[in-house]
Amino acid sequence: MTGLLQRLGAATLNNVATLGRAACFFGRILRGLDELARRPGLLVHQVYSVGVLTLVIIVVSGLFVGMVLGLQGYYTLVDFGAEESLGVLVALTLTRELGPVVTALLFAGRAGSALTAEIGLMKATEQLAGMEMMAVDPERRVMAPRLIAAVISLPLLATLFTLLAIFGAYGVATAMLGIDGGAFWSQMQAQVSFTDDVLNGLIKSVAFGVVAGWIAVFNGYDCMPTSQGVSRATTRTVVVTSLIVLGLDFVLTALMFD
Amino acid sequence: MVNTRSIEIAVGAFVVAGCAALFVLAMQVSNITAFQRAEGYTVVGYFQNVGGLRERAPVSLGGVQIGRVTAIELDQSRLEARVEMTISADYDDLPSDSSGSIRTSGLLGEQYVSLEPGGMPDALKEGSELLVTQSALVLEDVVGRFIFNQSAGDESE
Repeated sequence: MTGLLQRLGAATLNNVATLGRAACFFGRILRGLDELARRPGLLVHQVYSVGVLTLVIIVVSGLFVGMVLGLQGYYTLVDFGAEESLGVLVALTLTRELGPVVTALLFAGRAGSALTAEIGLMKATEQLAGMEMMAVDPERRVMAPRLIAAVISLPLLATLFTLLAIFGAYGVATAMLGIDGGAFWSQMQAQVSFTDDVLNGLIKSVAFGVVAGWIAVFNGYDCMPTSQGVSRATTRTVVVTSLIVLGLDFVLTALMFD
Repeated sequence: MVNTRSIEIAVGAFVVAGCAALFVLAMQVSNITAFQRAEGYTVVGYFQNVGGLRERAPVSLGGVQIGRVTAIELDQSRLEARVEMTISADYDDLPSDSSGSIRTSGLLGEQYVSLEPGGMPDALKEGSELLVTQSALVLEDVVGRFIFNQSAGDESE
């Protein structure tokens, strides 16, 4: 009994300590942003590996998510004779929720895991320690550009995802379901607000970018410097990012839309 | 390893594509054009009941959209809803005794203001008031009246 209690307490304390390290780590990265302002070249490489290389999965899944939404929305709306409202349904779902959230989940799987594995291996092979020996601060040189690259890339990816999904739904609606394209766009334009829907979705994806980047970089930095440790950290990045993104999405939705 | 220059080009294209996507979302998907004040003149109508009419609802004449509802508020002295409509400057020769009614597009569609042209020679202009208005049809009232008539009919039989 006492053994169980002890283990429970140790696990709790461990988690709280990890949370504390993560918070301190985030603060140190924010302080290290000045180097990034002097050397924007570091950022370009990271936006490439975090953002540009994620484009393929975002483009393809965006198209298919939009097409499925179009089909399923049509089957429900046609019962009420309101299939012309398909554009509104698809655009509101995508700009408000699906665009930012699905992009963040895909991002965690594609880019977050890669960031963790990269930094974890740097730690395991003592490259980070080597940098410190040469008086190069790895937080400024390695972590900060990767975090900021995630914050920049995720909103761009989410916007592209939303746009492609809407065009996917438009293609299905006009080519397969015989909905008038004019009604599709005009109803959408009448109901979707730029500030309430598109901008709030963008704010969400910036928040998800901070979360996804932070978790990925921190897990790599905090991992056990062994091959098993790196693999665990990679898994943890994907799981924790997905959970926090979904939870945070609920909070943001409750705050933004009333 | 891809060389630096092509990485820079790829990143630049990525950023441009993202910004272009946001621009298209703004122009094509959302109603940001509604923020650009449409050139036109404002006409006011007082309705006893606007039902579910919202701001930005269309104003149409003969089924053609000619403007939008820009404001709905309660006039405290008349205790009626004051509906402000901006009508596109292209349509500057509507008869001044045109009447307005609030209609619903389809059974469950959104509500809009429908103008019926009158016969006066002078035109509606900035600040004109629609003298004849017809309130929104409230479905509950209609159903209530129908049930009332039915039961009255039953008693007389």
